[in-house]
Amino acid sequence: MGKVSQRVVHDFLRHDKKFPHVWCSGCSNGTILGTIIRAIAEQNLDRNNITMVSGIGCSSRMPVYIDLNTLHSLHGRAIAFATGIKTFKPDMKVIVVTGDGDSTAIGGNHLIHAARRNIDMTVIVVNNNIYGMTGGQYSPTTPDDAKATTSPYGNFDRQFDICDLVIGAGATYVARSSAFHTMELQKMIVDAMNHKGFSIIDVISACPVIYGRMNKKGGPPEMMQAMRDNTVLNTATAKLPPEKLEGKTIRGVFKNVQCPEYCEQYAKVVEKIKETSDE
Amino acid sequence: MAQNSQKPVLTLMQGNEAVAAGALAAGCNYFAGYPITPSTEVAEILANELPKRGHTFIQMEDEIASIAAIIGASLAGAKSFTATSGPGFSLMQEGIGFAKITETPCVVVNVQRGGPSTGLPTSPAQGEIMQSRWGSHGDAPAIVLYPDSVKESYALTIRAFNLAEKYRTCVVLLLDEVLGHMREAITIPDASEIQIINRIKPTVPANWYKHYDENQKYLSPLASYGEGYRFHVTGLAHDAQGFPTNKPQEAGAMMERLQKKIVHNIRDLVQIESYKMEDANIAIFAAGIMARSAKAAVKMARAEGLKVGLLRPLTIWPFPDDAVRKMLKNVDYVVVPELNQGQFLHELRRLVKSTTDSKLIGLQRVNGTLITPTEILQKIKDVL
Ligand SMILES: Cc1ncc(C[n+]2csc(CCOP(=O)(O)OP(=O)(O)O)c2C)c(N)n1
Ligand code: SF4
Repeated sequence: MGKVSQRVVHDFLRHDKKFPHVWCSGCSNGTILGTIIRAIAEQNLDRNNITMVSGIGCSSRMPVYIDLNTLHSLHGRAIAFATGIKTFKPDMKVIVVTGDGDSTAIGGNHLIHAARRNIDMTVIVVNNNIYGMTGGQYSPTTPDDAKATTSPYGNFDRQFDICDLVIGAGATYVARSSAFHTMELQKMIVDAMNHKGFSIIDVISACPVIYGRMNKKGGPPEMMQAMRDNTVLNTATAKLPPEKLEGKTIRGVFKNVQCPEYCEQYAKVVEKIKETSDE
Repeated sequence: MAQNSQKPVLTLMQGNEAVAAGALAAGCNYFAGYPITPSTEVAEILANELPKRGHTFIQMEDEIASIAAIIGASLAGAKSFTATSGPGFSLMQEGIGFAKITETPCVVVNVQRGGPSTGLPTSPAQGEIMQSRWGSHGDAPAIVLYPDSVKESYALTIRAFNLAEKYRTCVVLLLDEVLGHMREAITIPDASEIQIINRIKPTVPANWYKHYDENQKYLSPLASYGEGYRFHVTGLAHDAQGFPTNKPQEAGAMMERLQKKIVHNIRDLVQIESYKMEDANIAIFAAGIMARSAKAAVKMARAEGLKVGLLRPLTIWPFPDDAVRKMLKNVDYVVVPELNQGQFLHELRRLVKSTTDSKLIGLQRVNGTLITPTEILQKIKDVL
């Protein structure tokens, strides 16, 4: 459980009227929410100064359960709503929780533009390779040949690599982890939240009830095992022979650079106008 | 810009400029938008003015993002605003519904142009009378204002902000393309003469706070993110605390609340101008730029001894039912000139007693040109 105990999670949950939660048992959403909470708690931040924004989807139900400023917005638009909050209150810490469909299909435009602006927010993509909430249609991250209700003959629609996508778009902190690697994920969330600029973590996660069942991935434990066995940390890849890397998904921090941040740039413009008008 | 001045200033302004000036006078401190003719000047002016005041201007990637950003900013405490035109207004509809169900104040200006689709980008049309009422899916009331001059564009922009804050909703201001680009004399009042309404803030401790509480005629306090209330906002049906619910009694109460806060305050919301209606036996019902033609037609008719008057809604939604009923009772005919295929006419029909009632005379144009006073007068003579 790391440095911070279970009590912490309990302390961050909203207790009146919000439970039981909507997720199926064995779903990664709960694990990821717990990890986000531990990452926030570890930093001893003022909760009043954190806003969690989500879109629509199973994963996007997270904000209702957590005792922060919370906004459960529209499908695909979480990052755009978050941009409104951040650009009006640049001191607010903004976390976006979004699904793979929410962030890369309907919300793809907002994702790349927020990355391009390098606006300071932390986006956590709960990537379960499927549209969970609507019952299992393929998403832009559904693997080749995978079954979904709208790819009954196997998926042939090419995938996004979310990390490659946002690196191309200009994000300045880009990482991937999984719902199995909670300690690693927790550290990444802390680092991402402390990063000045657009930070994003692609979190491999399990939807055992729909994706798992349709694709014969076993139950929740088997899907967790797969996260452990089928992924490799990027710092370890150099030491491994090519055959050991075959079919593996790479985890790790892929980009971590400093670039001018949108709100700081805006503040500079405001400052410059003030100076010239004072002269 | 003129709104900084201490004394009333007489100046020449475009409708779009007046909207931008009105927004600043109303206390707008946040604009997110995407360029589109014929509304772009509003964004351009605010791109200049807002940073000077330390406020935020952002050009978003599209109109969907723009409406989302202004709602997000409003929840963080901003008096926020966007301006667009037909195609962008269509893209904003889902967001407008979100502002309504979450009761988040914001203002959307739609400078109407010819449609559907890309239509006639630089020509006048009044095609969004119904869209501004029913455009977003689901069933929620709307507050929509419609000025007929540059001067009124300024005043109604301020009013739009005031109503958005008071009623915690998205208020739409419809402008005509011609008005957006037309220059007219306007006296910008001294700031001290402008009434500003700000949202009510909670005074209770955080754990007592309900942001959809049923006090004060359904107008309840709204905290901002960051003020210690840590409340939840969702586009799902919600209870008084904002938490999702599908209990019929809670979902029903929410819908009733959205409806009642408008219906219970209709007197405060509806504004109409009645021009030479006292003795009229023929009325013209028109809004925006068409009311300008109509007023000129009234003057021409009066000069010829015809008893013609004009009823002009400044608030088109909620619809001024009472004033319209009174008008229908008192006159023999109502001529309805509009730059669409009969959207106002359709609404007026709702209020006539029988569908065979031939009191209503439509006069419509959708080719990108205006209906002239002479044409309206001719229509009146035709029916006599
Ligand atoms: C505009 C719009 N289109 C479609 C939907 C229906 N919808 C709700 S959630 C969802 C997909 C969710 O998938 P994802 O974002 O991957 O999240 P998950 O449920 O898997 O966590 C869809 C298509 C919607 N709510 N709004
Ligand atoms: S459908 Fe899948 S993603 Fe949604 S709650 Fe169930 S297991 Fe989780």
